[in-house]
Amino acid sequence: MARSVTIQRKSLNTLIAWIIGLLLFFPILWTILTSFKTEAQAIADPPVWFFFDWTLENYRVVQERSNYSRFLWNSIIIAGGSTILGMIIAIPAAWSMAFVPSNRTKDILLWMLSTKMLPAVGVLYPIYLIFIQLGLLDTRIGLTIVLMLINLPIMVWMLYTYFKEIPGEILEAARMDGAGLKEEILYVLTPMAIPGIASTVLLNIILAWNEAFWTLNLTAARAAPLTAFIASYSSPEGLFYAKLSAASTMAIAPILILGWFSQKQLVRGLTFGAVK
Amino acid sequence: MSTKASRSAARLMLAPAVILLLGWMLVPLTLTLIFSFQRYLPLRGGFQGWVGFENYVRFVTSSAFWPSVQATVIIVGGVLLITVTLGILLAILLDQPMWGQGMVRILVIAPFFVMPTVSGLVWKNMFMDPNNGLLSHLWRSFGADPIIWLSDASMLSIILIVSWQWLPFATLILLTAIQSLDSEQLEAAEMDGAPVLSRFWHIILPHLSRAITIVILIQTIFLLAIFAEIFVTTQGSFGTRTLTYLIFQRVLESQNVGLGSAGGIYAVILANIFALFLMRIVGKNLDR
Repeated sequence: MARSVTIQRKSLNTLIAWIIGLLLFFPILWTILTSFKTEAQAIADPPVWFFFDWTLENYRVVQERSNYSRFLWNSIIIAGGSTILGMIIAIPAAWSMAFVPSNRTKDILLWMLSTKMLPAVGVLYPIYLIFIQLGLLDTRIGLTIVLMLINLPIMVWMLYTYFKEIPGEILEAARMDGAGLKEEILYVLTPMAIPGIASTVLLNIILAWNEAFWTLNLTAARAAPLTAFIASYSSPEGLFYAKLSAASTMAIAPILILGWFSQKQLVRGLTFGAVK
Repeated sequence: MSTKASRSAARLMLAPAVILLLGWMLVPLTLTLIFSFQRYLPLRGGFQGWVGFENYVRFVTSSAFWPSVQATVIIVGGVLLITVTLGILLAILLDQPMWGQGMVRILVIAPFFVMPTVSGLVWKNMFMDPNNGLLSHLWRSFGADPIIWLSDASMLSIILIVSWQWLPFATLILLTAIQSLDSEQLEAAEMDGAPVLSRFWHIILPHLSRAITIVILIQTIFLLAIFAEIFVTTQGSFGTRTLTYLIFQRVLESQNVGLGSAGGIYAVILANIFALFLMRIVGKNLDR
């Protein structure tokens, strides 16, 4: 394990990695910086970097003009709601496939994954129509259900790979010690399953928060979440970079923070447990 | 371990997920299939009779069809090429000993968490705008004429934006795979004097092949469906109209549901070709 590395080599690695890291992060950094500038500073050539009069004006304008908090609230309800709803359905399903596998388990898992590959645009109009018929168009509940359904396969898969790692012998040992089904679930399985459940919840919130096909196509004014809020900035009106930046910063900040916590679980969740 | 009772309980626990996904798949898909055989214009007279395969023929013979297939292939292929190649290099780099590794990882992974509408608009306006974008400032500072990115180099622009979003994902997965590489094997090769390139070619790359396949699989699913990045930037003009975007326009913008649905069925078939091909790989992984 202990590979001997010269200081020069390590310094070089560090230098290159930091340059690339900062380069990839730069668009985000630039957006955050710009959000604190005036509109004139935002488009200045040569660009202003750190030394300007930092202002919160843009945030105030964005909140006032477009009622940011309502979109934020919609995002929270839709991402949170679809996650909770999805977990209620996915946990039992993953549980049963992990602990009581049948010879069809593999087929069911693969079939679930295949529903994730169904192109959304192929079913856009029927969903649109069903939504109109049921009065679900531009409602939070409608969007919550759709996002739950599109992420359900990922939830089931991710939970399945976590549950699969809980050794069956532990259950048997608990049973030998006289644990009933209730104790078994409450004291043995739940503590072991919680990390997996937490990671799944986290990843799912991120995916639902950023989803931008159904949220753009099935909402108008009332239920639109932050993805649609930002899209409303696509037709520019005069000087607007600083305001766009403020709006963007507010839309991505919560997820950026959650994402930093969940980067390790991401690999497992999005590779369906195939890369460890 | 499983008794008969526990097995039926297990089936009951599985049922809601299966039924919901089955409904989610079958009901809309059946409707799309039905619409695809109709002349159906909701805003111009609604249902106007059954037309057999006319919509299917019209969709592929329309002048927009092949360019859209081409755009889709170029965007998906371009993004895969960039993210996988750079992802491998970046993963190898991040696996090396360095100071502040955790912090670099956080910087690299961040773009993945930016919602598509934000990354589309930030790149379009603050970087690629020919007058005020940062890239045009950069070009001018070298005395060059700024590129009008989203019209003159529209495909490249879309590929760059989408690659920026997906490079973190590829890097993170490949990094995870590299970290499971037996470092003793590498050391032995190093001591035997195997040059860097041959170590990469004969040890690292074969070890990564499975992870690379997985990256390609998952990214293809998501890339075939990219929508918001085009919606907020070019709106499908300048040759960036992908198959997904073309169908969207037929269905919702020109409200020609019959024609759009036929396109939708093509998209489903196309996605299924990939799905079948790629599902086999995941299925094999499941057996390990």
